[in-house]
Order: sequence, then structure tokens, then C-alpha cells
Amino acid sequence: MMDTYSLMRLFADSWVLLAMFLFFLGVVFWAFRPGSREIHEDTASIPFRHEDKPAGDRD
Amino acid sequence: MTKTKGRKMWDYLKLVVYGLIAVLAAIAASYARDLAYGVHAILVTLIATGLFVYSLKKVGEPKVVETGYMDGPVRVGVALTAFWGAVGFLVGTFIAFQLAFPQLNFGWAEGYLNFGRLRPLHTSAVIFAFGGTALITSSFYIVQRTCGARLWGGNLAWFVFWGYQIVILLAATGYLLGATQSKEYAEPEWYTDLWLTVVWVAYLLVFLGTLMKRKEPHIYVANWFYLSFIVTIAMLHVVNNLAMPVSIFGSKSVQLFSGVQDAMTQWWYGHNAVGFFLTAGFLGMMYYFVPKQAERPVFSYKLSIIHFWALIFLYIWAGPHHLHYTALPDWAGTLGMVFSIILWMPSWGGMINGLMTLSGAWDKLRTDPIIRMMVVSIGFYGMSTFEGPMMSIRAVNALSHYTDWTIGHVHSGALGWNGMITFGALYFLTPKLWNRTGLYSLRLVSWHFWLATIGIVLYASSMWVTGILEGLMWREVDAQGFLVNSFADTVSAKFPMYVVRGLGGVLFLSGALIMCYNLVMTVLRAPAIEADAPAAAPAE
Repeated sequence: MMDTYSLMRLFADSWVLLAMFLFFLGVVFWAFRPGSREIHEDTASIPFRHEDKPAGDRD
Repeated sequence: MTKTKGRKMWDYLKLVVYGLIAVLAAIAASYARDLAYGVHAILVTLIATGLFVYSLKKVGEPKVVETGYMDGPVRVGVALTAFWGAVGFLVGTFIAFQLAFPQLNFGWAEGYLNFGRLRPLHTSAVIFAFGGTALITSSFYIVQRTCGARLWGGNLAWFVFWGYQIVILLAATGYLLGATQSKEYAEPEWYTDLWLTVVWVAYLLVFLGTLMKRKEPHIYVANWFYLSFIVTIAMLHVVNNLAMPVSIFGSKSVQLFSGVQDAMTQWWYGHNAVGFFLTAGFLGMMYYFVPKQAERPVFSYKLSIIHFWALIFLYIWAGPHHLHYTALPDWAGTLGMVFSIILWMPSWGGMINGLMTLSGAWDKLRTDPIIRMMVVSIGFYGMSTFEGPMMSIRAVNALSHYTDWTIGHVHSGALGWNGMITFGALYFLTPKLWNRTGLYSLRLVSWHFWLATIGIVLYASSMWVTGILEGLMWREVDAQGFLVNSFADTVSAKFPMYVVRGLGGVLFLSGALIMCYNLVMTVLRAPAIEADAPAAAPAE
């Protein structure tokens, strides 16, 4: 039976490392997925809406 | 009907809780085993009694359901951020002169106002009081605007706000009276830590609740950074402060970890306090205030997504670079060093994203001193995130560690990046929150800008000189292999640079005082925005 340290160390420098790296690559690809441009443009302009009152409060 | 009944119950429950806390704290004060604990118990008694009386007066008052954005805590927060900034810079300037002129460690104040007691007061005042209040305040402002929704949880936001100020009060008075667990940037003792945990969980709830009821389909990137800041600080704070109090009537506690495990936990905490408190949180500010002030969306939203994920994936591993040449295994030090160096990329990606937001609007740099402040702030972000990884390299660290170079590095980040972006945010927020057409004086903003910038330059350059000088003097050996210089030799050699550093602090402090004056005058004197729409809001 391995002690906790060695077991955690084993996870950390093998599968978990790989999983996290793949997740990160996934995020990058997701950011560049086709059709993301319009969504990102819309999201980037959020600060320029609802400056004075919450959405739905406007008259 | 049941709703009013529920409200009444809640009012009475509050009274019971405040009363209980006041009584228990008074009892604790009488059993106090040390001065700091006694003073803190009395402070808690007074605060709870005050809240009891305040709530008693309000029982039975009809509650008004408020709509619109909840800007009360944001307004108080802007004022307190400016106040804490001035206090923190004042203490910092004073201890800078204490180092240059030891006579300023007055005999009559020994044990309270000497450098050892004031130094944590300074660091906590600027990081947690000034920076923390700025983060809570700006996150409350930004999360509402970018979600198109009022803060979730009603008065819970006020609880978070004042609860955090109580943490500051307990921490600051504790340092002067000697309540410290001697962990850098995590000095407050166990009961302050527990209270901060409660406040922080409430903060997370307010923030998440607001995100949940957002009217925008997407969560704006600034909120991602704020959320990572809140979640990570909760984790760091809980793990690094695992301690057992010696007595529940005393401020002293014993750490659960010891030796190298304790050191590693401390610097895992310490470096991520830099990474998630002073970087991620303030990047949240950058991603909102810079586009707003430049009146154009962020340069690349894709880059901001990659910036976010790369930053949080890498920062968490960088801590061991604080422990080169210690009992920490070499592989852990190398890991910390490698991740610190990889951090260059997301940091500079973020800097480019912030700076390029101005592309097509560079002319604003000439006319708008606020945007100038923000640009310099992003510049210092880039500079200190270049310097930091360089200093984490083992060979460089062998020279720089324990010297004033580290102090200079920290201050170029703290004064340049955190300070300047916060000043920019305060200048942006004040006219908006008090419904003014603009600031009282842009000329004074320019004065502030130049005083602060020159102050930082004096500070950073003098610390580079004294840091490298001291590092080289420490390692100088003669032909027989004996050390050439004693420690006191380095102290006297550093004197001129210490004076220059103190002067830099004076300039930075005067800039901040000018800002305080300008903000007060904006609230009092600047013309209000004329309401052209009918004042009465239509019923929903």
C-alpha cells in the first residue's frame, strides 16, 4: 500500500496533469470554435448596456 | 400577511443574536488572557451593542422594497478605499523612514509603534484594507452592471461590506497589541480568521446569487476573474490558517502544520494571495474599467478567455519559488520556478489585451489623465510580471532573495499596478455614483498621476540599487574565502537609498491625498447631472 504522498504525487505527474492540460487545450479550442465571433462580440459589449438600471427596469 | 410576520420574526431574531453576541463578548472580555483578546472582545461588545440599539429602533418600521442597482455599499466602499489607501501609504512612508532613521522607533511607543509592529499594519492596510475594500466595492458595482441585475441577497451585501471592515479593525488593532500568528500576509489570529471565513462565504453567496439571476446570457470576463479571486482566497485562507487556539479566551494559537510543510503551505498561500487577490481580482477591474473609460470593448475577448484559464491554471503552482535553498525539496522549487516562468505568457497576453483596448483611441492619452493612469497601471502589471518570473529563477534568486530588490519588486506591482488601477477606478466611479457630470478637477488628477508615477520610479529604482548592492555585499568573499562585509556594513551602505525610497513614498502619499481631496470636492461641488427624464419611475 502506497502512502498518501506517493499516491498523490503519482496522480499529479501523470493522469491529472494530462487531464488538466487537455482541459486547457479544450478551452483554447472552444474559444476559437467556429461561430464564436458573434457571441464574443456580443459578450464584450456587455459593459455598455444596463449602466444605470437593471435589465427590465427600463421604461 | 405571512411575509410581514416573517419580517417581524427576522427582526426579533436579529435582536436576539446581537444581544447574545454582546453578552458573550463581554464575558469573554472579563476572562481575557491577553491584552489583544481583551480589547477585541470589548470592541465586539461595543459593535454588537450598537447594532442591537440600531435594530431595536428599526423594529416595526415598514420595509421598502428597493429596486434598481444596490449602490449603497459601493458608495461607502469608494470612500473607505480612498481612506484606507491614505492610511496604508502613510504608515508605509513612516516605516520607510524608520528604516532610514531608527530614532523614529520611539522609546515611549516601544512594543506598539516600532517597525516590527507597524510593518504588518502597513502591508495589511494596503493589501487587505485598501485593496480588499477596492475589490469588494468594484465587484459589487461591476457584477450588477454586467449582469443587468440588482445584488442578490438584500442586506447580505451590507453584511459582507461591514463584516470585512470588522476584519480590518480586528487585524489592525491586533498587530499593534501583539496578536499575530507570524505568517506573512496571514497574520490575524484564529478568531479573526474564523470571522473572515463567515464573511467570505457570504461574499461568495452574494456574488454567485447575482450571477445566477443575470439578465445577460453570458458571464462577462471581469466576473470570471472576480469569481476565481473569491473562490481561491476562500480555499487559501482556510488551509493556511488551520490552527488550534491555546484557549478560547486568548488570542494565541498553534499551527497545525510544522516545519517545511508549514513553510510550503504559507507560500502556496502567500504567492496565490498575490496571484488571486492582487492579480485576478484587479484584472476583473481592468477588464471593466479600461473598456468603459476608453469607450470601446476589450481588444480581444478570445484572448481574455485564454488569459483567464492560463492564469488560474499556472499561478497556483508558483508558490515554491519563495523557498529556494531551503529544506523544500529541489524538485518542488524547480516546479514553482518553471510555472512562474510560463506565467510570463498569460500575464503579457493580459497586458497586451488591456493596452490594445486603446487601439484607435490613443489620442485619449493626451486628454484623459484617468486613462493615462490605467495605461501606466497595465504597464506596471507587465513590468512586475516580467521581473517576478526572472527573480524566481534559482540563480537570480540566490542574489535577490532576502534583499530589498524583493521589496522593490512588490512595490512596483502594488503601487504601480494595484494602486494605479484602483485610483483609475475611484476616479471613474465617484462621478457615476454621486450623479455628477464629471470630476471636480482633471488638473488635480494629472498632479496625482505625476506624483504617483515619480514616487514609484524613485521607490523601485532605489530598491534595485540597494537590493543588488546588498546581495553582492553579502556574498563577497576574500582570497581566503572569508566574508568581507558584516551585516551592519550593508545597512550603512544602504542609507542614501533608504532616504530616496522614503521620498518616493512621500510623493506617492501626497498624490493619494490630492485624490482624496478631489473625490470629496467632486461629491460636494461638481455639478449634478440634470435629469431630463421625468423623475418618477413608472410602475412595473
